[in-house]
Amino acid sequence: MKKYIDSGKKDTRSGFGAGLTELGKTHPNVVALCADLTGSLKMDDFKANHPERFFQVGIAEANMMGIAAGLTIGGKIPFTGTFANFSTGRVYDQIRQSIAYSHKNVKICASHAGLTLGEDGATHQILEDIGLMKMLPGMTVINTCDYNQTKAATIAIADHHGPVYLRFGRPKVANFTPENQSFEIGKAVQLQDGNDVTIIATGHLVWEALQAAETLNEQGISADVINIHTIKPLDAQAILKSVKKTGCVVTAEEHNYLGGLGESVARVLAQNNPTPQEIVATQDTFGESGTPEQLMEKYGLNATAITKAALKVMTRK
Amino acid sequence: MPDMQHLNDLVIQVRRDILRQVHKVNSGHPGGSLGCTEFFVALFQELMERKEGFNMDGKGEDIFFLSNGHISPVFYSVLARSGYFPVEELNTFRLLNSRLQGHPTTHEGLPGIRIASGSLGQGISVAIGAAHSKKLNNDSHHVYTLCGDGELQEGQNWEAIMYAAGNKVDNLIVTVDYNGQQIDGSTDNVLPLGNLKGKFEAFGWDVMEIEQGNNMEAIMNGMKTAKSKTGKGKPVCVLLHTVMGNGVDFMMHTHDWHGKAPNDEQLEIALSQNPVTLGDY
Repeated sequence: MKKYIDSGKKDTRSGFGAGLTELGKTHPNVVALCADLTGSLKMDDFKANHPERFFQVGIAEANMMGIAAGLTIGGKIPFTGTFANFSTGRVYDQIRQSIAYSHKNVKICASHAGLTLGEDGATHQILEDIGLMKMLPGMTVINTCDYNQTKAATIAIADHHGPVYLRFGRPKVANFTPENQSFEIGKAVQLQDGNDVTIIATGHLVWEALQAAETLNEQGISADVINIHTIKPLDAQAILKSVKKTGCVVTAEEHNYLGGLGESVARVLAQNNPTPQEIVATQDTFGESGTPEQLMEKYGLNATAITKAALKVMTRK
Repeated sequence: MPDMQHLNDLVIQVRRDILRQVHKVNSGHPGGSLGCTEFFVALFQELMERKEGFNMDGKGEDIFFLSNGHISPVFYSVLARSGYFPVEELNTFRLLNSRLQGHPTTHEGLPGIRIASGSLGQGISVAIGAAHSKKLNNDSHHVYTLCGDGELQEGQNWEAIMYAAGNKVDNLIVTVDYNGQQIDGSTDNVLPLGNLKGKFEAFGWDVMEIEQGNNMEAIMNGMKTAKSKTGKGKPVCVLLHTVMGNGVDFMMHTHDWHGKAPNDEQLEIALSQNPVTLGDY
């Protein structure tokens, strides 16, 4: 079993900020827009280094999406930054028409996704954004798992032509993927090789999946663990290859079970190789105030929940 | 000096194109299209500095965004008659597999279109972005956009209007098709716009009015004045007073023809009021 070491807890949003700082140096056409959340999105460095390429739009996200779409005309690569809730649901029609349907090269970068936003509560904890964004034709949807991966993804999407939704979060979490890794959009990352059960996780749940795999290993169960950072386009090949070995699968995500990663995986399996699946996700509910740990415990989004789901799905083979 | 006879001939021909497009498919929006015909002809034939052919980035030329995408019939006709695509293609308006979708889109690759529009209120924001892009590229050309007056009921416009003034987007000219009509009736009855000039001014814009928005000379002079106001730290707004349905007597001064096509008999009457000039497609 491979050993993954947490090099020190860091927030994924800081990975985004670091990636953007890099892009500022390497990509003169990258511009950034923010809706009054520059500090929260860790865009301060980019703003300080490139004031002429940074656009503070104020608390006006709809306008931000439109301006971003317009900036692409003339060859700019705009990165928008605000919370996930205000990056998606609040501006869905602007994204749909001015960005997705118009196929504009806009990178919608969304922090504070999911329950781990914590104490601010349900008004800010979007659990529907993956579904909203993956339904848009031509939209690439990425949900990264730690600081290093978020930084790598931020840099990678600048060279991908087309609209991208990049989802990350607020809390400090384990940083365990390699520094300066290459990031391939649409390519799953195999984290553990196992034969008894497949665990496919995205975002903050990837680390939890690794912890669950260790617990299962202690019980003599070997889990195949896959980090799906790109939910669309989904790496169907990696999923099918894994379930061929294991015959059952658990998906794990910080998102509603409706519209999320679990459903995307279920579709691939139903069409190609029907396989028992358990979905670790929120159960069609809004969130609430609390610490990230309390919320992930209450809503069943941690290693314990993944372990339980793995044991259950193995009985359904 | 512009050839006024040619421009006026083109206006009449574009009216015919609008009427024939919507009649053929028994759908589309003739009212607003007819009201803005003179504006589109002036803009594309005389006012904008355009390059040959079409390049999405529009570097080194003036560019235009249509925010109220439902007046696609006039946009398509003027684009075709300005050389962006063959005029015969107007025959495909709103048909299956056409590049001339009900509302304009980049999706089918129609030359001349830089953004999809139809869901209202988004054009000014997009134009601001393109205007920023021009400045970053040291491109001194202008960005034009047209939006409807009723469309200003959408809140996103006011985000954009506040932003453009606050950020001195002064290479942008927004024209409002000020015809006072929308689907459910007059703007005064549906949701009054109030003192529109005062509102734009209060937001920090340089605002001017073209009282005779269906008069070619008035449009040309007014828009040239508008252009002269750019580059001075303020975005420029033109309130273009138009008559919905202009050029077809029974379509004028009413919202009835906002989104309704004429029947065979009505088409014949409408076309007889606008006899062929440059030739039908």
